[in-house]
Amino acid sequence: MGALQSLPGQPEYIDLAEKTGFSLEQIGVLHKRFKQLSHNEETLRRDHFNEIPDLACNPIRAQIVEAFFDKRNFRQNDEGTVDEIGFEEFLVVMSHFRPPSLHMTEEQRENVRREKLRFLFNMHDTDNDGTITLEEYRHVVEELLSRSGALGKETAKSIADAAMLEVASISMGHMEPDEFYEGITFEHFLKLLSEFEIESRMNIRFLNMDATTLCK
Amino acid sequence: LKLQGGNTLQWLLILLMLCPPRGLLLLTVLVLLEGSVLPLGAASSPDISHHANSDKHQVADVGHNATKKPFPVLAVEYDRVQIPFEISLWVLLASLMKLGFHLIPRLSSIVPESCLLIVVGLLVGGLIKLAGEEVPPVLDSRLFFLCLLPPIILDAGYFLPIRPFMENLGTILMFAVVGTLWNAFFIGGVLYGVAQIQPANPSDLHQLDLLPCLLFGSIISAVDPVAVLAVFEEIHINELLHILVFGESLLNDAVTVVLYHLFEEYAGVGTVTVLDGLLGVISFLVVALGGVLVGAIYGILAAFTSRFTSHTRVIEPLFVFVYSYMAYLSAEIFHLSGIMALIACGAVMRPYVEANISHKSHTTIKYFLKMWSSVSETLIFIFLGVATVDGPHAWNWTFVTVTVILCLVARVIGVVGLTYVINKFRIVKLTTKDQFIIAYGGLRGAIAFSLGFLLNQDHFPMRKMFLTAIITVIFFTVFVQGMTIKPLVELLAVKKKQEAKRSINEEIHTQFLDHLLTGIEDICGHYGHHHWKDKLNRFNKKYVKKCLIAGERSKEPQLIAFYHKMEMKQAIELVESGGGVKLPSAVPSTVSMQNIQPKKPPPVKAAERALPQLPKGREEEIRKILRSNLQRTRQRLRSYNRHTLVADPYEDGFGDLLLKKQKMIELEKKMNNYLTVPAAPPDSPTMCRARLASDPQAYSVKPTSDRVPTIQVDLASPQSPDSVNLLDEFRRAEQPRGEAGPDQGLMMKPASAQSGPNKSREDDESRDQQQKLMRCLSDPGPSADEDEDEPFLP
Repeated sequence: MGALQSLPGQPEYIDLAEKTGFSLEQIGVLHKRFKQLSHNEETLRRDHFNEIPDLACNPIRAQIVEAFFDKRNFRQNDEGTVDEIGFEEFLVVMSHFRPPSLHMTEEQRENVRREKLRFLFNMHDTDNDGTITLEEYRHVVEELLSRSGALGKETAKSIADAAMLEVASISMGHMEPDEFYEGITFEHFLKLLSEFEIESRMNIRFLNMDATTLCK
Repeated sequence: LKLQGGNTLQWLLILLMLCPPRGLLLLTVLVLLEGSVLPLGAASSPDISHHANSDKHQVADVGHNATKKPFPVLAVEYDRVQIPFEISLWVLLASLMKLGFHLIPRLSSIVPESCLLIVVGLLVGGLIKLAGEEVPPVLDSRLFFLCLLPPIILDAGYFLPIRPFMENLGTILMFAVVGTLWNAFFIGGVLYGVAQIQPANPSDLHQLDLLPCLLFGSIISAVDPVAVLAVFEEIHINELLHILVFGESLLNDAVTVVLYHLFEEYAGVGTVTVLDGLLGVISFLVVALGGVLVGAIYGILAAFTSRFTSHTRVIEPLFVFVYSYMAYLSAEIFHLSGIMALIACGAVMRPYVEANISHKSHTTIKYFLKMWSSVSETLIFIFLGVATVDGPHAWNWTFVTVTVILCLVARVIGVVGLTYVINKFRIVKLTTKDQFIIAYGGLRGAIAFSLGFLLNQDHFPMRKMFLTAIITVIFFTVFVQGMTIKPLVELLAVKKKQEAKRSINEEIHTQFLDHLLTGIEDICGHYGHHHWKDKLNRFNKKYVKKCLIAGERSKEPQLIAFYHKMEMKQAIELVESGGGVKLPSAVPSTVSMQNIQPKKPPPVKAAERALPQLPKGREEEIRKILRSNLQRTRQRLRSYNRHTLVADPYEDGFGDLLLKKQKMIELEKKMNNYLTVPAAPPDSPTMCRARLASDPQAYSVKPTSDRVPTIQVDLASPQSPDSVNLLDEFRRAEQPRGEAGPDQGLMMKPASAQSGPNKSREDDESRDQQQKLMRCLSDPGPSADEDEDEPFLP
């Protein structure tokens, strides 16, 4: 991959374009960015991400960075984490943020939704066990509120608890008092965010990128 | 009062007897109106005033002559109260009409209200004319622009859903600016062309010059916010389409203002040069941006003022209204876009004002705005009807039909063309169905008529023809398009508005997604609009909020604010449903906190628990009471109900909880006294339920409809003197507490104390939450038997 020049039309690019759905132009630009981030090395590591200054003030930075190194997002039905990624994996992760095309069947749209929601789910489910437990959800809310001032972990817990209660109510309906709700499975997650219209919201405009807007 | 036109009255009485009961209501009102309006006509009032004058003269003379007249026991002096009386009558008529329509069951679902109101206006105008009186010039432009329009626009601007508006701002601006320009020039140009054909057959039309045509085009091309609001409210389409059409109708005001003034100025001269065109473009930028700036300035002033209103809660709503109106008027002084100023003012001030004002003020503002805008809208449509009957008409078949057709054609072409361009830049493309609705939703309304009315007859000899055409177009769009849009929406299966309530999960994920997308954009190195939005938010949080929001709430992150708002709503709903009754929930469930708390093994030895000294008997008693509460509260399980979140008896640290609960019980009793201080004698739950007025149908889909009805809960902010005593109590209470127990999730506050630097914040937080708790909830805790007598029970 190191030998790739940033010229569209390269055979490797075409391969990638097919795999991820990006256009050749977009792949070229992203590759430039990849090289910028990795200081012209072949792979990206976590500390490369941590060098991005704008990312530093993002409350969920750690989770975002982790998402790039999570094998579940590489679309290879694999699990676990890696320590460094190549351009292909970078591109695959980025492709989760591509907007759906205009003319899509309902089924395709549904697939896109599932994919994006799966990405979010993987971000929440840090221990790879297939469910988001209360602890993990609490962690999510805490991270969200971490940069926004120190109104304390208590409210974060309350919010997470209330949210969890809602998921349980929606998914399970009736539960006996001594039953225990293990955690949010992917199916429950889908049901929870069914009205969220994630396919129109979780998108980045890869359209307008060109070399001049790339900074740092 | 001698009624003139007695024949008419007799005729009406006969009709009355023949009509069905509901029609009676309408007719009674009409008769009332006629009875009062008739003497208001030009003929009689000078008589009365003349009579009064002559009386005065006579009395003056009498002083000299000293001939005594009997003291008038009953005198009539109508012209003193004439104007307010007339205004009140019109308002009354409008409101009664609105009332009447909803009494007739099927009518309001078939015919949109605006149509019915225009018909009523026609009737009233017709009656007045029949009686031989002169119709008052009701749609006088000054009245319209200064009194009738601002409430509607303020209502729209204050409750504008900011997020979808900003996300689609580019699209909206394209439609508003480019679309309106296209419409104006196309209609004006083609009309001129049509007017010039048939040179062999000279007609009125040949008098039309290009510039008056263009002026007419610019008047008729603007989509009207009042009409759009009136019609779209009833069809409940999805948020995107609603905000696109509505946003366009608001923002095209700037274009209309500039075009109107430009063409009006130069129509007399006859030519417009390129320089004028250029100046027009610059003028447009000045008008639009200037309007927004003026609005934003007043908005910030209002927000700043509201920061200090904690001691004078009663006049808080007044600031909102007056500042907004001043923004509108100030913009109008400089011929800037008043509508944009008003929108900017409302949108800018809202987040800060809402954080500062009391709950009651919020409800007041909401209801006043709805009330005024509703009355205004009704009046506008009625006046349209009246003005139609009255207005000088000059019917010209060619002109009118061509205008109507052109309006439709221009709109369709404009929308299709623009969407083609816009879709290249949008992530979520606009489908054909969307385009159809946008095109079909381009309704014209009273603004066009008023602008036409403003035209000077001398400069524009074709004024009458213009007015007729404008009225025809308005009627066409409101009646035909207004009536058919609902079935068309059903037919095309356009996505409807989501009725689901905003849930805490969605809020969490909205925030999460925002940060995620910003992060990804940063990784890409691409400064997209998430990046700038994030920067703006951070700027807002760091500097602006500190200035404009009072006290602690300036630091409250949005998620927490949202959560508290939801809790409050839940609590109010719980209280209003009268306590023990099961709340009607969308998802009935018996899931409670117990189900989601991970089970821990019960403590083995009593010695392992850090139990403070509690007499055994007392502990048992408390445990019994709590368990019985758990039974009761299980009936009212809902997501955010604090009462369900009593800790599981088998969890660790239960002893701590017991101690805190005991202290809380004692404190509650003390607190109840303090809470009676600001409140008026509150109503019993039955009264509250009776007053549980649902929002009027027309507004049920307004975005932030909180469904917060008239509940007398005086929510003092942390700054108010009422809560001072509470704070002291808590501070004293929290001192002797032991160390923190492990967290129990949401529990009855006071929260677990955390030592160290966090303590003060915890105090604030728990104090805050405790106040909220006290403010809204009826605690069915151990003092359950005192519930019904509690003075603070709302």
